[in-house]
Amino acid sequence: MADARPGPALSDLLAAGAITIGADAPDWRAAVRAAGDALLEGGATSAAYTDEMIAAVEELGPYMVIAPGIALAHSRPSPAVLRPGISIVTLGHPVAFGHAQNDPVRLVVGLAAPDEEGHVTALSTLAEFLADAARLEALIAARTPDEVRRMVASFEEEQAAAATEGMPT
Amino acid sequence: MKILAVCGMGLGSALVLRMQAEKALKELGLTADLEVADIGTARAIAPSADLILTSNELAEQLGTVKPKVVTISNFIDLREMVDKLKAALE
Repeated sequence: MADARPGPALSDLLAAGAITIGADAPDWRAAVRAAGDALLEGGATSAAYTDEMIAAVEELGPYMVIAPGIALAHSRPSPAVLRPGISIVTLGHPVAFGHAQNDPVRLVVGLAAPDEEGHVTALSTLAEFLADAARLEALIAARTPDEVRRMVASFEEEQAAAATEGMPT
Repeated sequence: MKILAVCGMGLGSALVLRMQAEKALKELGLTADLEVADIGTARAIAPSADLILTSNELAEQLGTVKPKVVTISNFIDLREMVDKLKAALE
């Protein structure tokens, strides 16, 4: 299926340093902080953004646990967002966020967005990647950031190949 | 028909809801205008929508609004989206 969507690909938003494997997080705040630290490390945000992400969960509740085991942590566009970015953090131990259906969380995705739409392609790819249970398990079992990066890159290649098929040459 | 995908800030999980709803509508052979809103905006513009898509928790915060509210538990599960949209739109 060819989606003509705007904005950078998932790989482009996943900066070097923005993947953390087996983060040691005793509670949801620490888990969100790990996702914020990874965004900071990747150069997408300043430290204030991490506090904004935690404040967002405090304000709006744990609805950001969008699927079983997966939290999408983010805040609003703000001066603390330097450029669009995504971080991927696998947790060493599952963490309860207080979500009625989707707890406990094993994977935290951090999102920094300077506007409302620029990250839509990357987010779409990520949702499709994580929708497959086998891929999700493989991601959570990854032992190095490079392994995660390769999984994402190879998924994007598969998607691109599928999109090209059947298109007029 | 206008469908409003609602999350706390209108740029994270609501975008995921919108893209999943696009796929689900295609599968169901239906068309609709899909819009994204944060919860505050959603309260204000709800009367102009025919259907609202959001999470269980935000549905509670949204309170009573005119359109039918469909709550999604697993945002990336296309089957849940297809089944719930189908049930709501029939």
